[in-house]
Amino acid sequence: MINLKDLKRISEYVWEIPSTYRQDMRVPVRLFATQKLLEEVMKDKSLEQAVNAATLPGLVGYVMVMPDMHQGYGFPIGGVAATRYPDGVISPGVIGYDINCGVRLLASQISYDQAEPFLDTLASVLNRCCPSGVGEAGALKVSEAELDQVCREGARWALKKGYATEEDLRRTEEGGRLEGADPSKVSKRAKERGRPQLGSLGAGNHFIEVDRIDQVFDPDAAQRMGLVMGNLVVQVHCGSRGFGHQVCTDYVDDFQAAVRRYHIELPDRELVCAPLNSPEGINYLAAMRCAANYAFANRQVLAHNIRGAFEEVFAGKGLNWQLHQVYDIAHNMGKIETHLVDGKMIKVCVHRKGATRAFGPGSPELPPEYQSIGQPVLVPGSMGTCSWVLVGTQASMSQSFGSTCHGAGRMMSRHEAKRQVQGATLKRELENQGIQIRAGSLSGLAEEAPKAYKDVDSVVQTVSGAGIARKVARLVPVAVIKG
Amino acid sequence: MKNRIIFSKSHYNACLALFLEVQIWVILNLMKLKAGFSERAHTADWELEVWAPDFAGLLEQAARGMFAISGTRLEEGPRESQILHLNADDPESLLVKFLNELLLLSEQKHLGFDHFNFVLDGNHLNASIEGAPIRSLDKEIKAVTYHNLSIRETKTGLQVNIVFDV
Repeated sequence: MINLKDLKRISEYVWEIPSTYRQDMRVPVRLFATQKLLEEVMKDKSLEQAVNAATLPGLVGYVMVMPDMHQGYGFPIGGVAATRYPDGVISPGVIGYDINCGVRLLASQISYDQAEPFLDTLASVLNRCCPSGVGEAGALKVSEAELDQVCREGARWALKKGYATEEDLRRTEEGGRLEGADPSKVSKRAKERGRPQLGSLGAGNHFIEVDRIDQVFDPDAAQRMGLVMGNLVVQVHCGSRGFGHQVCTDYVDDFQAAVRRYHIELPDRELVCAPLNSPEGINYLAAMRCAANYAFANRQVLAHNIRGAFEEVFAGKGLNWQLHQVYDIAHNMGKIETHLVDGKMIKVCVHRKGATRAFGPGSPELPPEYQSIGQPVLVPGSMGTCSWVLVGTQASMSQSFGSTCHGAGRMMSRHEAKRQVQGATLKRELENQGIQIRAGSLSGLAEEAPKAYKDVDSVVQTVSGAGIARKVARLVPVAVIKG
Repeated sequence: MKNRIIFSKSHYNACLALFLEVQIWVILNLMKLKAGFSERAHTADWELEVWAPDFAGLLEQAARGMFAISGTRLEEGPRESQILHLNADDPESLLVKFLNELLLLSEQKHLGFDHFNFVLDGNHLNASIEGAPIRSLDKEIKAVTYHNLSIRETKTGLQVNIVFDV
C-alpha cells in the first residue's frame, strides 16, 4: 500500500512516486493532485496500478496520473503513459475496452430563458431520437462493406452520408479519422457486434446532457468557440460500443502469448503488451484505429440526431435551433505523437486512459480558429453538479505529453452508490433542481449519483493550478439522458 | 409416584428422522458455502469474488455471478441450449474466454443461462449450457478483464476475483 510518505512533493499540484519505490519500475510516476485528492485516492488501488504500469518496456518520461484518477483495471483511470516509437510497447489493456470513448460539445444560440418552457419536451425528444441503454434498438444497421468504410473513414463516412458538416470534422480530434486503420485486422466477431450499434449511446456512464453556460472565465476563447453566457450547449459522452470492446478483448487475449514470445514480465496480465514494431503491435494499432474511427462516426451520427431533436422542438418558435460543434475529444486511445523528451522531439505512442489530449496553442493538429487559444478540452462532471470547457496549454505539452483530466472521477463504488442512493429519489431531487432526467434504468442512475464522484471543480482547479489546462467556461446541467 | 417419561418406538423414529433431516440440511448448506460468489468493492467497475470446490464449479459460479450483477432476468417458457468448445493456454484464460462467450450470446442472441454442464480436458472445455431469452437486463458489461486474475487454491477448493469493465 502506497502512503503519502512514499511520495515526493514537486509543487503544490504535482507529486512523484520515484522509480526507486519498486525495483521493477522503469520510470517514476507523476501525479497531478492536491493533497486532499491524493488522500482520497489512497483508499483504492489507483496508485498501485500506476506503479504497475511504470514497468512497461520502452516508457519515456513519467507515467502520469490526472487528478480525476481512480482505480480501473490494469492502468488507473486518468493515466497517461508514453512509449518510445517504434521499439517501445503498445498495450490494449492500458488503452481500455471502450476505445475512443470521448466527449463532443455542440453549442446553440438559444438562451436558457428562451428554452426553459420546452426543456421537458426537449429531454423526451432527445431520448427518443438517440438510442440508449443495453442492446442496439434504434441504431443504424450497416452492411459489412459499409462497416469497413466506417473503420477506414470514421466521421468522414458520416459526412458522405449527410450526418456531418466539414466544420464538424475540422473540430474533431484527428479530423474524426485516424489514418492507418485496417479492417482486415478486426475479427469477424467485432464486426458482427459493431454492425447493428452505430449511432447508439450505450449504457453505463454514457449520456447526452443539455447544459446552460453558467460562467465564462476566458471571454476570448469562449467567443472563438461560440460559447455565449446563458446559452444552451449539448454534451455527448460515448464510445465504440461492442465493436471497440471486442477489438480490445481479442487483442488482450492475443497478447497473453505475445508477452511470453517477447519475454516481457509484467505484474498484471491486463497490462499485456507487444512492441509497436512487432506484427502483434502493428495489427493491434490498425484494429484500434478502426474502433477509434467507429467511435468518431458513432458520436457524429448521434450529433446529427441531436440536431434533429433541436429542430423538432424549437422550429417555428422564432428561435435559431442550429447547433455548431465546439469540439470532439477522445479519452481512451493510443496515438503516435511527437513530444519533447530529454530535450529532443521524439515520436512516442501516448496511451491515454480516462485522460484527454490537451494540445497547446500553435499545435499544427488544431484547426485555424483554435490555433491561438489551444485545443478545447471537455470535462464532464456528474449529472447534478457542473462540467467544464478548458483549453490545452504550452505547459501541458511540456509536462504531461499534451494531456489533462477527463472528468470528475469516481470515488465511490457502484455497489456503495446503489446502497446509499435510491434511483427514484435521486431522479426526484435532480428534477427539483430543475434538471430533466430520462434514464433507462433507475439503478443505473443511482450508480451515477453525484455523490459517487469527486468534486469536479477541485479536479479542474488542480489541472488549472498545475498549468496543464486553462479554464474557459463552466456548464450546469438542465437535462440528462442516460442509458 | 414420580412421573416417568416413556420413550416409545414412535418417539425414537421421529427423533431419528429429525436428526437425519438436520444432518442433510447442514450438508446441503455446507455444500452451498463451498461454492458461491459475492460482489467486492471496486471504485469504477465490478469485481466478483467466486469460489467453488473445483474448476468446473468455479466456471459455473462465475457465470451465475456475472448474470446476477448485470441484473439479467430470463423469460419463463421454452428453454434454449448451446454447446461451447473452448481452448486456452491456462485456466484463467479459459475462464475469461468462457465468460466472454456468455456475454456475446447475451448481446447477440439475447440469451441468458442458468444451467451448466462441463467436460474439462486440461485447458480444453466442452460446455453444454441451457437458459432462456433475456426478459430484462439492468446493466451492460463491456468485457471480462484479466486484471490481477489468478485462481487460488483454498482449503475448500478454488477461489478467484474477476473484474468486469462496465
